[in-house]
Amino acid sequence: MWAFIHKLGSPKWFYAISTRLLPWFWAAAAVLLMVGAAWGLAFAPSDYQQGNSFRIIYVHVPAAILAQSCFVALAVAGGIFLVWKIRLADMAATVIAPFGAAMTFLALFSGAVWGVPTWGTWWVWDARLTSMLIQLFLYLGIIALRGAFASRDSGAKAASVLALVGVVNIPIIKYSVEWWNTLHQPATFTLTERPAMPVEMWLPLLVMVLGFYCFFIALTLTRTRSEILRRESAKRWVRELVEGRTGGDTDGL
Amino acid sequence: MRCVSWARHAFNGRDWLAKERVWSLMGFACKVPSEPGWWENAVTFRLEGRGLGCERDDRWLFANLDLAVGPGEMLRVEGPNGSGKTTLLKILSGQLSEHDGELLWSGKPMRRNRTAFLANLLYLGHAPGVKSALSPLENLAWYQALNGEHGSEASRMAALDEIGLYGFEDVPVAQLSAGQQRRVALARMLLSPRPLWVLDEPFTAIDRQGVAALETRLQTHVARGGSVILTTHHELTPLPALRRVSLGVS
Amino acid sequence: MQVVEPKTGLAVAVKATVKRDLTLLLRRRGEVLNPLVFFALVITLFPLGISPDTDLLAEIAPGLLWVAALLATQLSLDVLFRGDFDDGSLEQLLLAPQPLPALVLSKVLVHWLLTGLPLAVMAPLLGVMLALPAGSYAVLAVSLALGSASLSLIGAIGAALTVGLARGGVLLSLLVLPLYIPVLIFGAGAVQVAVLGGNAAPHLALLGALLALALMLAPWAIAAALRISING
Repeated sequence: MWAFIHKLGSPKWFYAISTRLLPWFWAAAAVLLMVGAAWGLAFAPSDYQQGNSFRIIYVHVPAAILAQSCFVALAVAGGIFLVWKIRLADMAATVIAPFGAAMTFLALFSGAVWGVPTWGTWWVWDARLTSMLIQLFLYLGIIALRGAFASRDSGAKAASVLALVGVVNIPIIKYSVEWWNTLHQPATFTLTERPAMPVEMWLPLLVMVLGFYCFFIALTLTRTRSEILRRESAKRWVRELVEGRTGGDTDGL
Repeated sequence: MRCVSWARHAFNGRDWLAKERVWSLMGFACKVPSEPGWWENAVTFRLEGRGLGCERDDRWLFANLDLAVGPGEMLRVEGPNGSGKTTLLKILSGQLSEHDGELLWSGKPMRRNRTAFLANLLYLGHAPGVKSALSPLENLAWYQALNGEHGSEASRMAALDEIGLYGFEDVPVAQLSAGQQRRVALARMLLSPRPLWVLDEPFTAIDRQGVAALETRLQTHVARGGSVILTTHHELTPLPALRRVSLGVS
Repeated sequence: MQVVEPKTGLAVAVKATVKRDLTLLLRRRGEVLNPLVFFALVITLFPLGISPDTDLLAEIAPGLLWVAALLATQLSLDVLFRGDFDDGSLEQLLLAPQPLPALVLSKVLVHWLLTGLPLAVMAPLLGVMLALPAGSYAVLAVSLALGSASLSLIGAIGAALTVGLARGGVLLSLLVLPLYIPVLIFGAGAVQVAVLGGNAAPHLALLGALLALALMLAPWAIAAALRISING
């Protein structure tokens, strides 16, 4: 078991495995996103209250879900890095944090755009938008803390601790903010209840969410691979890899 | 085991009076065990590093370093600036857990044995670790309390007198010179008996007499069966027990 | 030389650390007073910036008092470990044969005693100046006393993470303020409920729950963060 985890944590092994997996994830992401977008934007019926403006959920909801998943992924990677000192986990955390921040921003921005036709204003201090905003600050804090250290190793460890502290706090923040104010509609997607939306509406949403996840995995793999090459550039297997490829394709660099 | 036999030799208890004299000279308020044969049960210590290596931000400071320090041994870590002397001392004092290789305290891995190890360690870093708003006495009292012992005012006074701070015991450290501040930190050596001393540049800012006295103190500590690991640019008097580790030779 | 068996004098070590930190801070009273003066000053700014209208001020007073107290606590956090870091005492604290979370907890306790508690005691005075309705003063003080303990604990994590950085001050705010939000919501909420004549007990209970959680988890996070910072 431990041997397997450590093998998984070896950058070389990860690089080899991800080379095979990567095309599949990119293809899946492209197909799902195109199908989901076309279906949701063109074919799904329009909402009887919100008209066509509701279609922004096909971006807003996946971005919001992904933004939260990224934070959990960040904390898991941080925990793995702190406990087992697997550097690969930190390389992944390095690339997940900016992506998570971008997704949070996308969710906020699309929420604000949605707010114009729905509430007639760009910003409402609604519970979920507010906790999203706080989450954006948490992401920015983690990224800033990592950058503030002169030593990369110390920065990585500090950012991991902060990610763990943040992930404990996020549910507390979320519930306290919800308690503070609830103006928004109830959550669009729940695992425990039957969705109130008709099937034609939520099925494309599901496709979009899956597409976003595939995009996230593909992008994280790609960027982790370049992070591996950057950090391990002195290692022999990387040199051999690069020398063997000179003039050839530089996919993933 | 070599270290065990050494300890027996050092404490064979031939002359209790002489030993008591040494202890009181060192300023300890310690009781010398009175029943003969106590040393038979005395556990000896040994700090051992196997294959130690440290990589910081893709740069190997040192690798595959094997070293061991037992009772009555002094280890001097040498090397040019930036060769990782301080880092090695931090590893050996259990502050840096991120390193290659294995660190053993009395045969057990450091990770599981940390508290037992720390109770035996006296570490002096670059910064003296002395609060400038407190008096030397208050500083020492805190150090003693960190080990869970109350200590006595008299023992702290005695330690400060011995280190050459007579009359400055109650003056805020901020009003002392750099060398005197350093001496406050050094006074910890005289307070509670810690077998293992890890000293990072202990001679910094100390005047010539102080240097001689400190060197004698280190030698006495080693002669009594303690051990010392240190870095210094100061030339030490050659001792039979002195061993060296050189870093950054490449 | 004989091996020293570790002594289990945790109480001695904690007591001495509390005493030492109290002595240190009381010898520099200015540092203790600064957050209080800051608190009063910020509260003075609001009527000048908004309006001296007592009805308006009374309405926003709970939030103002809480936000100002929170900022005052946060500003005083930067120095929590910095002095010890600069003079090497922090190294020695980390090398004590004692559980580090307990030792850092005693440092945080001193911070709360000399920052959070005085702020809580002072807040009702400023409440009078903001025309806070009578009857909510006790809740204001209690909520601040409870809440600022959580603020000290959470903030100490940030202080420990940034202590090794030369300019950690602004970064510290960025790290810590988002984590303060639940405490702010329940703290200010308690005072608002008291102003409206309701029962503030549920809010105070939630503040207590947050404190319990922070007491349970924060010391370990602070200890881990200090171990990272000391080798930064």
